[in-house]
Amino acid sequence: MLLRLELLAARAVAAASRLAGAGGGTTLPGKLLWKADPSAVDRLAARLPAGSALLSATNGKTTTAAMAASILRPAFRLAHNAAGANLLSGIASTLLAADGAELGLFEVDEGALPEAARRLRPRAVLLANLFRDQLDRYGELELVAERWRAAAAALPEATLCVNADDPLLGDLARGRAGPLRTFGLDDRRHARPSLQHAADSTYCSGCGRPYLYAAAYVGHLGEYRCPAGDRERLPLDVAARAIELHGLAGSSFTLELPEGSVRVRLRLPGLYNVYNATAAATLASVLGASPAEIGRGLERFASAFGRFERIVVGDRSVLVLLVKNPAGANEAVRTLLEGAPPRTALVALNDELADGRDVSWIWDVDYEPLLAVLEGVVVSGSRAAELALRFAYGGLPRERLEVEPDLERALDRGLALVPAGGELVVLPTYTAMLALRRILTRRGHVAPYWERAA
Amino acid sequence: MKLTIGHLYPAYLNIYADRGNIAVLRARARARGHEVEVVPIDVGDPVPAGVDLFYVGGGQDREQALVAPDLLAKAEALEAAVAGGASVLAVCGGYQLLGRSYRDRAGAELQGVGLLPVRTVAGARRLIGDVLVACDWAGGRTLAGFENHGGRTVLDPGAEPLGRVLAGFGNDGESGVEGCRAGRVYGTYLHGPLLPRNPWFADHLLAEALGVELEPLDDALEAQAHAVAAARARARGGRR
Repeated sequence: MLLRLELLAARAVAAASRLAGAGGGTTLPGKLLWKADPSAVDRLAARLPAGSALLSATNGKTTTAAMAASILRPAFRLAHNAAGANLLSGIASTLLAADGAELGLFEVDEGALPEAARRLRPRAVLLANLFRDQLDRYGELELVAERWRAAAAALPEATLCVNADDPLLGDLARGRAGPLRTFGLDDRRHARPSLQHAADSTYCSGCGRPYLYAAAYVGHLGEYRCPAGDRERLPLDVAARAIELHGLAGSSFTLELPEGSVRVRLRLPGLYNVYNATAAATLASVLGASPAEIGRGLERFASAFGRFERIVVGDRSVLVLLVKNPAGANEAVRTLLEGAPPRTALVALNDELADGRDVSWIWDVDYEPLLAVLEGVVVSGSRAAELALRFAYGGLPRERLEVEPDLERALDRGLALVPAGGELVVLPTYTAMLALRRILTRRGHVAPYWERAA
Repeated sequence: MKLTIGHLYPAYLNIYADRGNIAVLRARARARGHEVEVVPIDVGDPVPAGVDLFYVGGGQDREQALVAPDLLAKAEALEAAVAGGASVLAVCGGYQLLGRSYRDRAGAELQGVGLLPVRTVAGARRLIGDVLVACDWAGGRTLAGFENHGGRTVLDPGAEPLGRVLAGFGNDGESGVEGCRAGRVYGTYLHGPLLPRNPWFADHLLAEALGVELEPLDDALEAQAHAVAAARARARGGRR
């Protein structure tokens, strides 16, 4: 039996490999192709007439790539891993399936970036942020940055797009000999009063002194300088200025690019999405998009899978915000509190490989402002009890907490706590988000895909 | 009574939710009617008098390297405080820094504070995963946590570990023991954080530091979290 399966698999791979050589688009599994013949990825990518662009980050990869796709789609037929399959096997699948694509646009896992860069020889690489995330899987931040630096150095002709507000990425850009385009935010009215607890990379890589922040926007991202003058934020080639946040409805801001400026209205909330949009605009501008095309592409954009999704469930609604590390969770909390404060939340913590097996990160999230306004909280997922402790020690009275590890029952409990016409806020980790979406889909709640939040 | 916690390098050594441990100590002392003050002790600060319990957390390599010389400069003052009855809890990187020495991968030997009779040598692979430890000195009660360390820590002959490894790697993945305990100084690789799901150990530290007995609290949630973490360690701890 096993042998037969293996034979079948081998035949499928052989067919995929032949197709890779012959240029046919197909949905044959990229995973098998990747295993059997990794260099097929190189050949498939080399055939894209407009080349490829890669982007990586701890937070916002899927949203940023989707924004860039929205900008570029009128001009190019894209090969784009929109569902977030961001390892080499996922890129292989996308390449196999993208019949007649002209430009490759790929989000890439932080750890997979060096190999993806080596194989795809991209014409542009976007590095958007580095936050502490799944240290059990990726290792320490500096290690990731060091690998990225080597990957970028091996691509002297590619244009490197770098978030200048991230000190660790600034270091990487400072030593760049090849083409470089920096981006960042420039509106001190939106600075946080102080650095968040979970801020990383806040010490000067030259002298070790703490950076001084004229403005800290998201985590350690902001306008920084070393008190001894060793380092400071690089000048911005692309800047978001005059930023207005409109609660959960979105934001508007002016993007200033070397090619001109454009006022953008974005339908996604929060400062972190202004970062995502600025990153996407920077990459798209390098790939030839004009400021007007960038503005239109960003305004068309509604949302990406599971990241900020409102689903109608009978006479109630569910608002899903994926949360997977302290920096992202802090922004979700901040964004939720910018709208009408939510009253009921379902928070779900799983500890599968894709979530991170080490759940200690929940203790580094500043949940307290959210806990202060919540009247009812259901905690769920395989590590529900751990979340319950986090919230209890965060000041939430234990009687306001319900612990229900089973996601489906937890969803029902959460909905029961919401009055008719009300909304349940759901903050799940990655695998919990997938499971909850499956439950909602199975129950036939038509999920207006990435519907605009109002 | 008043409990003073001296939190060493909170801005540098905080990688694995060390503030969770502080929050638990604070909340559990307050629940018994004791006043709590947490004093941050940073690079260049003197070691303040009157600290009942010192806490040192973990950091990434770079942060650890930044604080190591300062901690060494504080060694004498810390020794004096411990001799005067203060307790110490050191987690992960803090545990390594409180030992006698640390040898990095290049072979360079760095001197440690020496409050714990252990030596650490950098290993080739990180030891990462859920971990469960039994403390025979505490009636066999268990500690459930998560470990993620490159260092292999070895106890001096005759030195006491914090516990026996039931699942996971522990100090070095070979000796079958985890952490170290010398009087009122405790070192461990367990984060997760350590204290929320192991409340008995938090209470043990508080009782020692305050010099009083503590009445029990309702720890139903804590017990649930401990059970889940312990099951995780038994199912998947200690795999390389």
